[in-house]
Amino acid sequence: MIYRETGQFKANYQDDQALFPIDQDRYVIYGILFITFAVVPYLLNPYWLNAILLPFLIYALAALGLNILTGYCGQLSLGTGGFMAVGAFSIYKLMVAFPELGFIPLVLLSGLITAAVGTLFGLPSLRIKGFYLAVATLAAQFFLIWLFNKVGWFFNYSATGMINAPPMTVFGVIVTGPEANGVAKYYLVAGIVAVFALAAKNIARGRIGRNWMAIRDMDIAAELIGVRPLIAKLSAFAVSSFYVGMAGALYFAVWLGSAEPTEAFDINQSFLVLFMIIIGGLGSVLGSFLGAAFLVIMPIMLKNLLVGGFGTESALAEHINIIIVGVLIIGFLIVEPHGLARLWRIAKEKLRLWPFPY
Amino acid sequence: MKKLTRTIVAALMAVPLMTGVASAYELVMPTLDYRTGPYAPNGIPFANGYGDYLNMLNERDGGINGARISLIPCETGYNTKKGVECYENTKAEGQSGALVYQPLSTGITYQLIPKASVDEIPVFSMGYGRTSAANGKVFPWVFNFPATYWSQATVFVQYIGEKEGGMENLKGKKIALVYHNSAYGKEPIRTLEKAAEKYGFEFMALPVDHPGQEQKSTWLQIRREKPDWVMMWGWGVMNQVAIKEAASIRYPMEHFIGVWWSGSENDVLPAGAAADGYLSGAFHQPGDNFGAHDDIKKYVYDKGMGLGDRDRIGEVLYNRGLVAAMWTSEAIRKAMEIHGTNEVRGTHVRDGFEALEVDEARLKELGLEGFTIPVKVTCENHEGPGKVALQQWDAKAKKWSLVSDFYEPLRDITGPLIAEDSAQFASENNVAERSCN
Repeated sequence: MIYRETGQFKANYQDDQALFPIDQDRYVIYGILFITFAVVPYLLNPYWLNAILLPFLIYALAALGLNILTGYCGQLSLGTGGFMAVGAFSIYKLMVAFPELGFIPLVLLSGLITAAVGTLFGLPSLRIKGFYLAVATLAAQFFLIWLFNKVGWFFNYSATGMINAPPMTVFGVIVTGPEANGVAKYYLVAGIVAVFALAAKNIARGRIGRNWMAIRDMDIAAELIGVRPLIAKLSAFAVSSFYVGMAGALYFAVWLGSAEPTEAFDINQSFLVLFMIIIGGLGSVLGSFLGAAFLVIMPIMLKNLLVGGFGTESALAEHINIIIVGVLIIGFLIVEPHGLARLWRIAKEKLRLWPFPY
Repeated sequence: MKKLTRTIVAALMAVPLMTGVASAYELVMPTLDYRTGPYAPNGIPFANGYGDYLNMLNERDGGINGARISLIPCETGYNTKKGVECYENTKAEGQSGALVYQPLSTGITYQLIPKASVDEIPVFSMGYGRTSAANGKVFPWVFNFPATYWSQATVFVQYIGEKEGGMENLKGKKIALVYHNSAYGKEPIRTLEKAAEKYGFEFMALPVDHPGQEQKSTWLQIRREKPDWVMMWGWGVMNQVAIKEAASIRYPMEHFIGVWWSGSENDVLPAGAAADGYLSGAFHQPGDNFGAHDDIKKYVYDKGMGLGDRDRIGEVLYNRGLVAAMWTSEAIRKAMEIHGTNEVRGTHVRDGFEALEVDEARLKELGLEGFTIPVKVTCENHEGPGKVALQQWDAKAKKWSLVSDFYEPLRDITGPLIAEDSAQFASENNVAERSCN
């Protein structure tokens, strides 16, 4: 009834090719952006901003990055944790060496460094596919973590291999270090995520994105119609690593504040982000956000519900939490193997036909 | 989808419940426990000892000076990210706010040091965490008495020197360190390297990756290299596996020394008789033959409020939790005394820690005579005495017992390292050294 495109006539190509051609979609996006930037920071307390929304947004960015590679280009990667570590250690070295460049350029720069590293580790993708490629990227994960753990230069020879984010400002407001306030950090991260989610949506539907999808769907056919696999695959690795690197930089500098490579960026990170895109939906920007919400926000909510609401003992709550999250993952994948984003798409289709489905 | 929405809605509704209004003034003490995951065998007894002692104070004395203690457990699973979430969740709890944190994880301690300093909540990382926090001028909010990892490493070197018949005999000896490949395990490396330089022994560091189930190659290397002594910085499952592996290559247990986090019943029992003679660091007695333990049994376990099993009271890590709770409650008592109020906040408790003095006489009053060393903390020295003893495992009697006196650390090695590391922290984080006069 409300969600209907009847009467929305497109009079020119520009309207027809808009990012959100249906008015209702556009209004919803405006609404979400309005809530994200104008309502949420003033409504929620620092606990929500620092401990729930910040990791959600950062993981959403990482999931977006992996989704570009795995969801759009079909190249399976298990190196996300390692690439996040590249972003984190890049920004650490840059923050200590060139603080005068400003924080946002440093985030972009560490994204670019990660893109270079990601492209390098993407080279095997030209020869190997599927599970074999996953093993090659797994090697990247282990190699990178080993490197950051072993070579003192990366952590400025600190006694324990820990890196600490020094305080830095954006437009005069502190965003890293312990004195940064939750609202400032939230605005920074939400801003970056919003800009790059928009960028991802645009890249994915343009020429580059179509090349990626052609490679994903059938690489030989793609080659025959003139898509160059070298360019397409490596550009997917580069763009994906750029996103993942930025996520790693924000993860370390803005959210955690200090990190050690073995725990913060271990193989579980890679799996976590991979599960996010599988549950959220491969090849969907919305899916990256839904998957991150499912695996970051929901366990914390469940814990707060069990411990705070029902007074469950904290250890028991943790066990129940593991069970429930596991059951929900299996449940969702049985109901909809294509992820949460697909559920949303089906809901949209149904809404458009409602109340007269044929 | 519906299920998800319902869960979220229910969780949202639960949030106001958590910040319920407290009637009387309560001393809020969040505990970052870990009763799940690969570190649970060590996390559980510590959490039990810590909680039982504070519950005993509540039941016996009605809290500290009449103010009841409200314990808020939060499960971290020894995971840094969950630890940070727990911290953010509990730091503003109740009227007093969190008074002190005891993370029992070096990784979480590193996360909390800058955060708690800004939120003005003391962190009591008892014998773990960042060693250079011993420098109270740079780390006013962090306490790591009664001794640090670096002090402990130098004590082990002294013990080895003594057994070898003098420090000069260390020359040419080979000492290996098997360590948890994390910030925690890496702590002693620099100290041991310096000691190796000074005394001329050969030092080799062998990392073991989290969680430490797989150590075959490490111990094969030890069998090949035949070090004269092996030290271990392990935690959780890693300890048991290492001791079993050491037994399987028939490494002499009398030459195998664990840090004080690698010396509890859980660690040695799985290796059975082969673990006999294994050594570890210690700063308190094992056993439950102290007045405080009797009170815990009487006021807590007899009422069915005990956190663990009654027959596990007095295990090494249980006593470690107990001693942590004792020093913390004494610091709060001191804070009440200094500021003349029962309604203390984090800042007051910090002052209490900084003026903390628990001597033999006070230990006796607390029912813990001879249980641990006397501790005196000052503004510049947050490490306190820094003394460490060694305990040995008797597999027949299934008992730990202290086998050495308390050694003084080699301050000529640790002192400059602490100064250097705290200066690096201060310069990277723009912290100005405070004066202590």
